[in-house]
Formats: sequence, C-alpha cells, structure tokens
Amino acid sequence: MSHTITAEPEEKQSSHTRRMTLNMGPQHPSTHGVLRVVLELDGESIFKATPDIGFLHTGIEKQCEALNWHQVITLTDRVDYLANLSNNLCYSLAVEKLLQMEIPPKAQYLRVLLAELTRINSHLVWLGTHALDIGAMTVFFLCFREREDILRLFEMFSGQRLMTSYIRIGGLALEPPRGWEKRVKTFIDGLPSKIDEYESLLNTNPIWLKRTKGVGKISVEEMLEIGLTGPCIRGAGIPFDARKMTPYSSYEKFQFEVPTSTDNDVYARYECRVREMRESAKIVQQAMAGMPEGPVQADAPKAVLPERERMKTQMESLIYHFKIVTEGISVPAGEVFQVVESPRGELGYYVVSDGTAKPLRVHMRTPSFGNLQGLPNMIESRGIADSIAIMGSLDFVLGDCDR
Amino acid sequence: MLPENLLDPSLVLNTSTALDELTLEIVPEKILDALRALKAQKFERFVSVTAVDRYPMEPRFEVVYHMQSVARNLRVRLKCRVTGDNPKIASATVVYAAANWYEREAFDLFGIDFEGHPNLTRIMMPDFWQGHPLRRDYPVHGHKYDYKSE
Repeated sequence: MSHTITAEPEEKQSSHTRRMTLNMGPQHPSTHGVLRVVLELDGESIFKATPDIGFLHTGIEKQCEALNWHQVITLTDRVDYLANLSNNLCYSLAVEKLLQMEIPPKAQYLRVLLAELTRINSHLVWLGTHALDIGAMTVFFLCFREREDILRLFEMFSGQRLMTSYIRIGGLALEPPRGWEKRVKTFIDGLPSKIDEYESLLNTNPIWLKRTKGVGKISVEEMLEIGLTGPCIRGAGIPFDARKMTPYSSYEKFQFEVPTSTDNDVYARYECRVREMRESAKIVQQAMAGMPEGPVQADAPKAVLPERERMKTQMESLIYHFKIVTEGISVPAGEVFQVVESPRGELGYYVVSDGTAKPLRVHMRTPSFGNLQGLPNMIESRGIADSIAIMGSLDFVLGDCDR
Repeated sequence: MLPENLLDPSLVLNTSTALDELTLEIVPEKILDALRALKAQKFERFVSVTAVDRYPMEPRFEVVYHMQSVARNLRVRLKCRVTGDNPKIASATVVYAAANWYEREAFDLFGIDFEGHPNLTRIMMPDFWQGHPLRRDYPVHGHKYDYKSE
C-alpha cells in the first residue's frame, strides 16, 4: 500500500504529448474489490501501470500464529471468499501431511466434490461480473441464478453459505445431511444446459468477441517468468494443473481433462474457464457415482474431535474432546508446502510447525497475488477500455491477494 | 526423487528430504548462484519467497524460496538463514522477475533487506508504518491506529 506513487517528471516527456496520470480505484467497480492502479496515460493508451495493493490486508498470516491448529480453518475461509473450500482443503491437507494422517475415502471423495462445486461457483461469479464489465448484462443474472443453487448446497452441507469451514483437519466437520445426493444430482445434471445458455449469449456476440479476442496477449515465457497460474497459463497452452501434476485427495482416480487454449488472450481464458466448469460437473458426477461407504473423519482421537453422540456417552471421547478444545492438538515439528488447484490458479500453503499447539508460520502463496503481478505487462501499451477486460480475465480476489 | 547433483556442493550447507519434500539449505551469500543454477536446470517457475521468524533463536530468520520445474514436475525448497540484527540477502529479481512482489512482502512484514531489488517499498502496510508485523516480537493485539492524525 503506497501513498506516494508519482508520475515521471515532465521534462523527461516528449514535447508534443503530455502524459496524464489517472488514479483508478481503489473503489472502482471494475477492479473487483479494493485494487488501486495508477495509470500513466498517453492519450487513450496506457504508458505505465502501477498496481497498488494492500487495502484489504487483514493480517491473516499473523492471526494464524495466534490461534490453534483447528481454529485456523475459520481464517482460511476468509482468505479467498469465493473459494473457501479450496482454502479449507489446502490448509487441512498441509496439516494432515505433518500429522501423517490417513483420510477415509468417503471424506476424500466428498472433498473433491465440494472443491469442484467451489470451482463452478467461483467461475460463475467470474463469468457474470466479467461479462458485466464488458457490457453483457444478461449473463450476470443467469450466472448468479446458478450460483445461488450452489450456495444453497453449501448451506445444506455446512450450515453456511460463504464461510463454510466444512473441510477440517482429519476429514469433514459433519456427515453430509440426508438427501444431499438428490439435490446435488439435480443441480449438476442441469448445469451443462445452463452453460450452453451462457455460451449462446456470448460466443456469437460481436461486441464480446471484439473486446476479448486478441486482447491481453503476452508470450508464454513471459507468463511463466512473472508467475501466472490457473486459467491464465492454461489459456496460453500449458496444461499446468496441480490436480494432474501432483494429485491430492484422490484426484488421480477421476477422469477429466485440463482444458487449454493456445490463443493466449482474454477470450482463451474465458474459453478455458467455461470448459473447466463442464469438466468439474463431470468430476462431481463421478464422485457421486463412486462414492465410497464409511466414516468422514479419520480415526485419530488425539487430533480429530469426536462425534457429538460419542462425546456425550463415552468417558474417553469426552476427555479427548476436552483436551482438543482447551489445549488444541500438537503437530509434529516440520514444514510442508501443500499445493491445490484453486479456481484462480495455484494455491499453496507453507505451514511450519515447531511441535506446539499453534502454527509457527502459515504462509499462503495465493493465486491472485501471483496473477496480479503480471497486470502491468498485460495492460501497458493498450487502451484503457482493454485494461478493464484484461483485469477481469485475471480473475483476482483482493481478499486472496492481500490476506 | 531428485538427482543428487542438483546444485554444486559448495553452495549447499545441508540437504534434507522430509515428507517427500526436498529442502536445500544454501549459503546466504551464494543464493543467486543457486537460483541461476536451478534456472539452468529448467526450474522455470519461481513459486514464492517468504520468511520464517525463529525468534529468539539466532540466526533468527529463515528466508524460504519455493521453486518448481513444470517441465520436470519437480519442486524444491531453498532456505537461507540470516541474522536478526542485519537481515540482508541478495534480491532474486535479477534471476526471476516473479520474485518482485514476494520480496516486497517479506520486506514489509519481516523487515528483510533484499539488496538490489528495484523497488523495495512496503506493499501491504501503509508507507508510514513503523515495525514489521509478522515478526514474532511484534504483538498481535494492542496497536492503536489514529485515523485522524494523518
């Protein structure tokens, strides 16, 4: 967060043009949150862009060091508020790796199912708001209609629409409620036709095509160099996806494609995300079809809270419950860097334990932070109008970026 | 998991593999050589750099680099220990452009001086902020901020 970003001194500028400095944000609707970009303009085109972040810095990493291992889950929700379950999952996987805990197959499948619903949810919000930025308003209403269904599903599973905290260390917070299969199935079977609907509104829309095709192109090498991940890098033709490269939570058992495109522009990123939603729907269907039987929590009484009923009837469970709630769990000393594929790209949690009841360090390598770093390379020497389309295509969440 | 000769032995202080993750402790003065050597071995992605504060231990800070090779599907972690009274290390931006914001973040929150960084300013906290919030001796609560005095 910087208070003094100044333009170049005037004598350095050429005599026939005078550059103007334009402050965009931090309260501008197209910056999707509190992002400030200082633009140096040469007429309509951007000469230099300087993103300024930190307006939503809430010190989550510092807070993590003050809470115990289980309590940190509630903070991970608030990092990326459009992909809470991906963050829950990444943190839980990291701590489970330190604890060397085996997660029962049913919990793993449910985690995959929920992570994919999260991906669809996040992409729907992205598609709606991105289309709204570029001037296609109808898509916004349609996307939020389906998003509402997903939020209702999350509410059914966890009791919360946004801050779910449903994936916990050792498995899931609760058994899924009765009748969840039917509701998820109804939604997911209907989704492909809904996606057709969005595509019918955009794929042949001349305004949409003019504003997205050929916009925001930079070379693949440059993208890797700046550290872009997720649909941005896949839109450049690299099938970079943590679900395939380092499978976690039994992703290796699922059949799915990693959509890529070689155009490397805003349209390519749109195409990748829409195809990803279709793939996610397939993964959810496979998870439903192959859902194993069994518990949803690991058999590790010292680290996982006991079932409510057992806690009330069995002395031993009551003791463990008391110990976990009052003292927290102790995680063996060590460090781990766990990566999951969040809807926005590579999400990594670097968790360090010194063997006590609280983490020594939780560092979040968030996709929005990495992607936003590439913004100047993409928008410099382009028009202001294009910068809106390019910013939208990066799909950043400022909570995720600033933490 | 990884070839033994990933880096020249003169750069590495210690090699360990725990929980399937490779960690190389590097001589802090030679970090740029190590990064260049990794880049030459197709570690094209700079994932992140951050720090861990081991206060009150000395040397207090660990500067931790995560690198990835997409082509070879490998990940490696580099670690350098720097002291608390003068936390200084060469900036990785000359090798990997992606290090820019991560180093600014580590400077802002830990006060580590990345020498040779093109624009080492605060990124998360306001410019006038005193102290480095992620240090272990910085309190979690108790700081008062007066918005009127600005």
